[in-house]
Amino acid sequence: MKAGQQETRAMNGDEAVAYAVKQSDVDVVAAYPITPQTIIVERFSEYVADGKVKTEFVCTESEHSALSACVAASATGARTFTASASAGLALMHEILYVTSGCRAPVVMAIANRALSAPINIHCDHSDSMAERDSSWVQIYVENSQEAYDSIIQAFRIAEHPDLLLPVMVCLDAFFLSHTLENVKVLPDEAVREFVGNRQLPLITNHNGEKVPFKLDPDNPITMGPLDLFDYYFEHKRQQEEAMQKAAQIITETHNAYSQLTGRRYGNGLVDSYRLEDAEIATVCVGSTAGTTKTVVDQLRAKGVKAGLLRLRNFRPLPVRDIKEALENISAIAVMDRSNSFGGYGGPIFHELRHVLYDTSSHPYVVDYIYGLGGRDMPQNIIKGIYKDLMEIVETKSVKEYVQFAGVR
Amino acid sequence: MRDEQKGWKDIPIAGVCWKPATEYHTGDWRTFKPVRDQAKCTKCLLCPMICPDTAIKWNKATEDIEFDYNFCKGCGICAHECPVDAIKMVREGA
Repeated sequence: MKAGQQETRAMNGDEAVAYAVKQSDVDVVAAYPITPQTIIVERFSEYVADGKVKTEFVCTESEHSALSACVAASATGARTFTASASAGLALMHEILYVTSGCRAPVVMAIANRALSAPINIHCDHSDSMAERDSSWVQIYVENSQEAYDSIIQAFRIAEHPDLLLPVMVCLDAFFLSHTLENVKVLPDEAVREFVGNRQLPLITNHNGEKVPFKLDPDNPITMGPLDLFDYYFEHKRQQEEAMQKAAQIITETHNAYSQLTGRRYGNGLVDSYRLEDAEIATVCVGSTAGTTKTVVDQLRAKGVKAGLLRLRNFRPLPVRDIKEALENISAIAVMDRSNSFGGYGGPIFHELRHVLYDTSSHPYVVDYIYGLGGRDMPQNIIKGIYKDLMEIVETKSVKEYVQFAGVR
Repeated sequence: MRDEQKGWKDIPIAGVCWKPATEYHTGDWRTFKPVRDQAKCTKCLLCPMICPDTAIKWNKATEDIEFDYNFCKGCGICAHECPVDAIKMVREGA
């Protein structure tokens, strides 16, 4: 497979996701439509109706049921996919924990959308950030190309026998989900070969025998039964251990995929932009990184040592990579597209500042909540944030640690 | 339960059971226990079938019914269904 064999197609983010799922040889898709994820499921149902995939497509009556069906399918050893957003993801909340607890490697695309009320269909990260503790790997993409690439990687990551945890691929509502972009796609065979067949590790059954980790009448096992104070804690500890291994699996998968396509997203965990000699930097996830890179270039042209760290993974949190990337920066602004009401800033700020607490350089870290409900994040607001950072460096003081960017 | 002290590195993932359900004794919280009147019992074998757990067994060697109180939760279905009224529910400790 050579990069030259890739074909360029005009697709929006949702279509890019559906196309990646089509190529990934998925056994079961169970889903319920919700704006702005709808196109993913619509396109995929067309592939099913046209006989282009052999996938069992299950239309369910709610997102709670959709993910429940996915857990059951995945438990039988099937490769499984679903997609949701906003209220749909919130309705899945209970089953998110069942998915990871049953170690079901389901892959889900999230078209990040604000939560009601007031009702809003546009982009912010409140939906997926609220699920950060559910033991799902979270990948946030910058553009539709990365959405396509990340879905393909996600199956290989989730199903890795050392991980066996579900993966969320998060793309910004409308900015990515509904915006047409040139997306390079691999030939079907190349994707199928890259993703491969799902490998099932052996597990000890109730008779002490080693059997494949799947529900199978010929080799029955019991998954996720009642588990009280005697063993529940141990099973949760196992999940944390798997999460700690995820970083390496994500990096390896990203490297293997890069060899195939020639495309890289930083080291797979974090994507640094002009940070090497930077004095000030912003940190964000998702499509805002694209606009911020343009602003960084403009500032650099004026001699300002500005940089950007885009977190591609929020779970697992790439602690070491964040420290390495930011410990020599004097002032850092986190840009959070969701708020933790009553907390001290947004979720990314909480964790970033927490990670940097241990560094000897003790950089200033401030937070900007922005873009709630799809509010635009134009270049001038981002420039204003960098201007604030320059002032912090100059005055060696912070006026306000948490601010709201772009609110009237 | 002998191996209750196993650590997280030594047990299967996903809560998969590594020993049969019969090794988990679950009958320690009933209020009433079924007691059989052997004179009345016709050994029709209805009660082993309708017991929702594995608390009533047919012992081939003795050719008789056996109650295994390690699994009986005292639901009373056996006493309710017995066609000859040979099972009575008796309060524990009474």
